[in-house]
Amino acid sequence: MNAYLSSLHAIVKREALRFVHQRERFIAALVRPLVWLLVFAAGFRAALGLSIIPPYQTYITYETYIVPGLCGMIMLFNGMQSSLSLVYDREMGSMKLLLTSPLPRWWLLLCKLLGSTAISILQVYTFLAIAAAFGIVMPLLGYLLALPALIVAGLMLGALGLLLSSFIRQLENFAGVMNFVIFPMFFMSSALYPLWKMAESSELLYTICALNPFTPAVELIRFALYLSYNGQALVWAVLATAVFTLAALWGYNPARTGLGKKR
Amino acid sequence: MKALLSSTSVVCAMVASTAWGGEIWVTNEKDDTVSVIDTDTLEVIKTYETGERPRGITFSKDFSRLYICASDSDAVQVMDPETGKILHDLPSGEDPEQFVLHPDDTHLYIANEDDAITTVVNTQTRKVVAQIDVGVEPEGMAVSPDGKIAITTSETTNMAHWIDTQTQQLFANTLVDSRPRHAEFAKDGSEMWVSSEIGGTLTVFDTATQTERAKISLDVKGVHPDRVQPVGFEFTTNDTHAFVALGPSNHIAVVNAGTFEVEEYILVGRRVWHMAFNADKSRLFTTNGVSGDVTVIDVASRKALKSIKVGRFPWGAAFRPSP
Repeated sequence: MNAYLSSLHAIVKREALRFVHQRERFIAALVRPLVWLLVFAAGFRAALGLSIIPPYQTYITYETYIVPGLCGMIMLFNGMQSSLSLVYDREMGSMKLLLTSPLPRWWLLLCKLLGSTAISILQVYTFLAIAAAFGIVMPLLGYLLALPALIVAGLMLGALGLLLSSFIRQLENFAGVMNFVIFPMFFMSSALYPLWKMAESSELLYTICALNPFTPAVELIRFALYLSYNGQALVWAVLATAVFTLAALWGYNPARTGLGKKR
Repeated sequence: MKALLSSTSVVCAMVASTAWGGEIWVTNEKDDTVSVIDTDTLEVIKTYETGERPRGITFSKDFSRLYICASDSDAVQVMDPETGKILHDLPSGEDPEQFVLHPDDTHLYIANEDDAITTVVNTQTRKVVAQIDVGVEPEGMAVSPDGKIAITTSETTNMAHWIDTQTQQLFANTLVDSRPRHAEFAKDGSEMWVSSEIGGTLTVFDTATQTERAKISLDVKGVHPDRVQPVGFEFTTNDTHAFVALGPSNHIAVVNAGTFEVEEYILVGRRVWHMAFNADKSRLFTTNGVSGDVTVIDVASRKALKSIKVGRFPWGAAFRPSP
């Protein structure tokens, strides 16, 4: 097998094995959005108000609205989780082992990114299946069309995780990521409330929410699930993915990190 | 699995085009207009002006005439649906709100809300045939399929008044829950249903004896009971189910007409009033007063497909096949 493919296979397999062996992680990844869906949404029904916004063609319940946002939430947490595991790898020394491979560093990081995206997509589909069991169903074709959107969103959030991991020196610093990345990204987006609701209370917040790259990721998933296409969200999400990936590659540049020299 | 099947049927419903073209005509109370919706494309294709505050709406048997209750114009207007022109007014008494066309296609039974009477008008001679004293604030109107019985419900007296159409006299009055707003005969006329807006119930009567056969309570999860206000309702093919508009609760209830159990509640627009089916009764169009739109429901999957903007405060709805 080609060295590139065998490294891809090895890294993705390692990610998958790590995920499968950590059953608690899989359960935790599902419990989090399910609590939001079944508890938070039940008590928060009035938040959405009554307005039809694209891609919806009629009135929807709040539970229905937040499902795409919760898919994004799964990917966001997964991206950060994979960033956490990179920091752990670095502390344990296994990253050094990986990065001393003769293959280009960008390829190794891309493999890592693909592995974590594949796992988050698996989690999202499991969540969508549970949501469907609770009666929150999308058009059947929407589940298929959502796949490319999930890949873009997964890569974007995974790349963000990579970028963060290149700057975090110690595992203990990860709490900061929670406070300064995950929460602001999630709450200042269209995941829980439509942006026009945000505009009602503050134009500034609305602008921040609109610029937050997590918003196009959620909207891309939302539109795809309902057989619609949101070009603006796609462009914005792809751009953010490219920027995060390039910044992560720069972050992992041997000249900067001092982590093992590439031949 | 059930959810998956239901999802599939919604997609099929969205994709499949109905073999029966048609139009839904909707009265817009605040705009003094009627909007015409194509039942296949689900778009408003025409809007015509009417008298003031149009509410009740129905077609003649051959769909060549449209009757509209122009409440604030104190008239029932007759429109040519081909041109949208008002041909003439019928003498209706004051503040006509709802009416029903007798199966003879000639006599209109009109509820005059402010006068506590039901006016019977001959649409051919344009003359009032009879005026029948009923309870205070009459509103709901129905006529049995054999044409022998007409019903008026009075909102304040809380009664269904049974009118013998031969003699144009009341022959029975039956109490129902608070503020009855709509009446319909079902199952070949053997049952008569009345919705009570404040009572939050549907009362089912045995037509032969005028006795109560069942009372159905409506209760939408997560909505205050005061907001569950049943108004207009329609029966599906073979009268197996009734779809009931629940006013400001913004839901349509699906009631099994055999067991009298509520099977489902469907979210629609704000303050849903009345409704009309398309030709094969595969789709239901509900008028949502406050949100100013019409929600299209796929009857088989019981899912709302789309909400279509119409004029301000849509109220009544009637179907006619494509010309």
